[in-house]
Amino acid sequence: MGNAWRGFRGTGWRETIDVAGFIHDNIEPYAGGPEFLTGPTHRTERIWRQLQRMFVEERRRGIYDVDAHTPSTITSHAPGYIDRGHELIVGLQTSSPLRRAIMPNGGLRMVQAGLAAYGFSLDPTVQTIFSQYRKTHNDGVFDAYPADVKAARRSHIITGLPDAYGRGRIIGDYRRVALYGVERLIQERRARKTALDADLSSETVIRDREELAEQIRALEELRFMADRYGYDICGPATTGREAIQWLYFAYLAATKEQNGAAMSLGRTSSFIDVYLQRDIAEGRLTEQQAQELIDDFVIKLRIIRFLRTPEYDELFSGDPTWVTESLGGIGCDGRPLVTRTSFRYLQTLYNLGPAPEPNLTVLWSPALPEGFKRFCAQVSLDTSAIQYENDELIRPAYSDDTAIACCVSAMRVGKDMQFFGARANLAKALLYAINGGRDEMTGDQVAPSRPPIADDVLDYETVVEAYGEMLDWLAETYVDALNVIHYMHDKYAYERLEMALHDYPVHRFMATGIAGLSVAVDSLSAIKYAHVKALRDENGLVVDYAIDGDFPTFGNNDDRADEIAVDLVSRFMERIRRQPTYRASEPSMSVLTITSNVVYGKHTGNTPDGRRAGEPFAPGANPMNGRDRHGLVAAALSVAKLPYRSARDGISLTSSVTPDGLGHSRDERVTNLVGVLDGYTDAGGFHLNVNVLDRSTLLDAMSHPERYPQLTIRVSGYAVNFVKLTVEQQRDVISRTFHGSL
Amino acid sequence: MTVTGSLHSFDVSTGVDGPGTRFVAFLAGCPLRCQYCHSPDTWFRRSGQRVSADSLLTEVRRYERFLKVAGGGVTISGGEPLQQAAFTRDVLRGCKEMRLHTALDTSGFLGDRADDGLLDATDLVLLDIKSGVPATYRKVTRTGRLSPTVRFAHRLADRGMPIWVRFVLVPGLTDDRANVDAVADIAASVATVERLEVLPFHRLGAPKYSSLGLPFALADTPAPSEALLQRVHSQFRDHGLTVY
Repeated sequence: MGNAWRGFRGTGWRETIDVAGFIHDNIEPYAGGPEFLTGPTHRTERIWRQLQRMFVEERRRGIYDVDAHTPSTITSHAPGYIDRGHELIVGLQTSSPLRRAIMPNGGLRMVQAGLAAYGFSLDPTVQTIFSQYRKTHNDGVFDAYPADVKAARRSHIITGLPDAYGRGRIIGDYRRVALYGVERLIQERRARKTALDADLSSETVIRDREELAEQIRALEELRFMADRYGYDICGPATTGREAIQWLYFAYLAATKEQNGAAMSLGRTSSFIDVYLQRDIAEGRLTEQQAQELIDDFVIKLRIIRFLRTPEYDELFSGDPTWVTESLGGIGCDGRPLVTRTSFRYLQTLYNLGPAPEPNLTVLWSPALPEGFKRFCAQVSLDTSAIQYENDELIRPAYSDDTAIACCVSAMRVGKDMQFFGARANLAKALLYAINGGRDEMTGDQVAPSRPPIADDVLDYETVVEAYGEMLDWLAETYVDALNVIHYMHDKYAYERLEMALHDYPVHRFMATGIAGLSVAVDSLSAIKYAHVKALRDENGLVVDYAIDGDFPTFGNNDDRADEIAVDLVSRFMERIRRQPTYRASEPSMSVLTITSNVVYGKHTGNTPDGRRAGEPFAPGANPMNGRDRHGLVAAALSVAKLPYRSARDGISLTSSVTPDGLGHSRDERVTNLVGVLDGYTDAGGFHLNVNVLDRSTLLDAMSHPERYPQLTIRVSGYAVNFVKLTVEQQRDVISRTFHGSL
Repeated sequence: MTVTGSLHSFDVSTGVDGPGTRFVAFLAGCPLRCQYCHSPDTWFRRSGQRVSADSLLTEVRRYERFLKVAGGGVTISGGEPLQQAAFTRDVLRGCKEMRLHTALDTSGFLGDRADDGLLDATDLVLLDIKSGVPATYRKVTRTGRLSPTVRFAHRLADRGMPIWVRFVLVPGLTDDRANVDAVADIAASVATVERLEVLPFHRLGAPKYSSLGLPFALADTPAPSEALLQRVHSQFRDHGLTVY
């Protein structure tokens, strides 16, 4: 222990599990530029080339390979290697790279459908076990769903619920394994469990004791898994290489036991930096070797794979895993949390080429060191592969050791977890309000029956009142569904290892979300500022709208429309807050769709803003495609008005800009992008994806995907390989406003 | 009551019309009819909206803080802003009161209409030199003359005002070696020219001509080739100019 912690400062983190305290005591902030960085070694290039050849096959076949016989656990698969003997950081999810695993605890049908989609079939024994002997999360949910939830789900007013797959968005504090070693973590959990012996065995206490027992078991399995790779991780890591290896083993174990929708990494770069800089100071590591370790680690993160179904891909396209890593930010003491290793992580986008994973997320503040800001902007210009979130909003709301899960969900690492809740369709809810709870596409009565609006020309006040009642129903039904889902997920697919790497007790969020914000807002604005006539079919169902006159739209920094948006977000959150939540979790909400804006749009009829049935929504909090008429900044300022206090799970804005739309020279573009990020952050904007591309590149990539294997673009909260998107989604991306100037 | 003007539209853009992120007001009305113009919808004052300087400044104020934090300012463009010199002056003055950086995007053809008050409120002039040879200037603009622009440029230099010269490169129209050299000579003779921007011709404005029912003279003209751009850049550089 003394040897592992040699030279480290501070004492508090030695007494209790406190990684944030360790970072605070030992971080060496770096205020310079990227000059010190090094390129890839031949070793790195060789391994990466080998995988790139496999990616071509993977793209062609949909998946490279799958083990359809072995339900995945932390210890289910023998050690696997890409190139044994040349890897610096080892460990694969199964016994060979890109071979996917099955995880039936979430739901057997998802596994079967996922296998069938790629021409594989499930091992009959596994099928028998999970249909006759072992119940899944999915089975549990459908045993307990009330009828109105099922109806709301079927009509797609609530979509993407994690009721048949792993909920994800839980970030274990994987750094703990490196800093303390598994043994210490097991001891700590045992002490927690023993302390619970003093309490009477209430339902809550019984559940906690069982969960702690499972967590201890998972930690023991982690130790065993590492042992088979030839590493004893009982004690703390003693070098930079070990720190990365220990941390990666912990993360890997989580991905072996959970096929979560988002399996995020946390905030690891400046933690690892402490170890790498110690090695460099001790003369046992060069900069080239430090970069090589990070490159090798990132290669591993880039080949995390899960077996998913075509329906899942339709929602979240591009085979995302959301290995989100949060970089940068400012400490509560005012020191930047930027280190050389923050740069090294970004450098992997040059050394290995652009890629969507890991999902590199910069916690931006105007107070970040200039050198780091400029390097981030440069990487954005060159790769479009990073996203930005507002550290000035996150730090005061959470802490300075907060990481993003998935796309925009902030949580204190190891202290908060969330119950991921997909999203409710606010645009469709408006149509339900007009139609008295009937679905505009099927005519079915989905929400409780109330008198439909009978007016010919819609009256704003009348619509707003009916909408309010509909949102009451939607919030109640939605959270009701989530309570069922997370009860069953805890029961049948509990994240043992990830939760072992959280404090006990943990703070929980109930993370709801909304889709179709800009459609709903523009529709309300049309009703308020123009004349909107309802057009009914022979059954009296309003199926279309005739608009006469102009109306302000969201995304133009025009308060008339923006105030409607602010009001809608805060009022829906108020309704969410009124609902009872499972395990007394704290309700939160995001304005984020990822790529599901396409599916939500597909299942929503004509809307009063003039959007046609089936047309995609704008992603996240974006203005509707083509309706933001004054450029990116005006759109960004509209989005920045949305109240973070009502959407603490994040507000997503995706923007595309052509290189010429940022300046004439590279230096000028970097300066200007830094300025835009500072301005947006200062205005209270939460999240920004920046795509720097031209339309012609994307069109060419659609026709010749083979020429663009690494073309990465950012889609509402994460990055994808453009060539892995469906044609429909590719078109959607292209039709979005390109903020290039003429 | 403040002065009113005819405003075509506004935009907030980055790195295009002056340094940084800028609020760009496009005024309606222009005396020139440049063959390559990509915004014929700004030729006529009647195609704009009548607004007071105050109301335009109210719109600018919504972006004031962003422009200051991001770095940038306000650009008055058009159309030709000097066709509405009093309005332009009041708007520029209002922006200076907000302590925003100001730029005037003009052909200089109506430079005489810019009084000292207007120029006092201007930090930077984006000066279009459409051609360096008088006959070509006439041909390009159809209604203009070169000499007022040159006179304006020297007046700005005498006042010590920085200038970014802009030159639209159109194959077969403005790309003649002698014409480019003549533009370069003018720019190089003006002491306060900080940079010269070569803007490659594009046809993205073509749909605007058809929707206005106007003929587009350059409908079949291609964008300049990379080789042509390089040649023109080096011609400007040979005159000691900083070229973008």
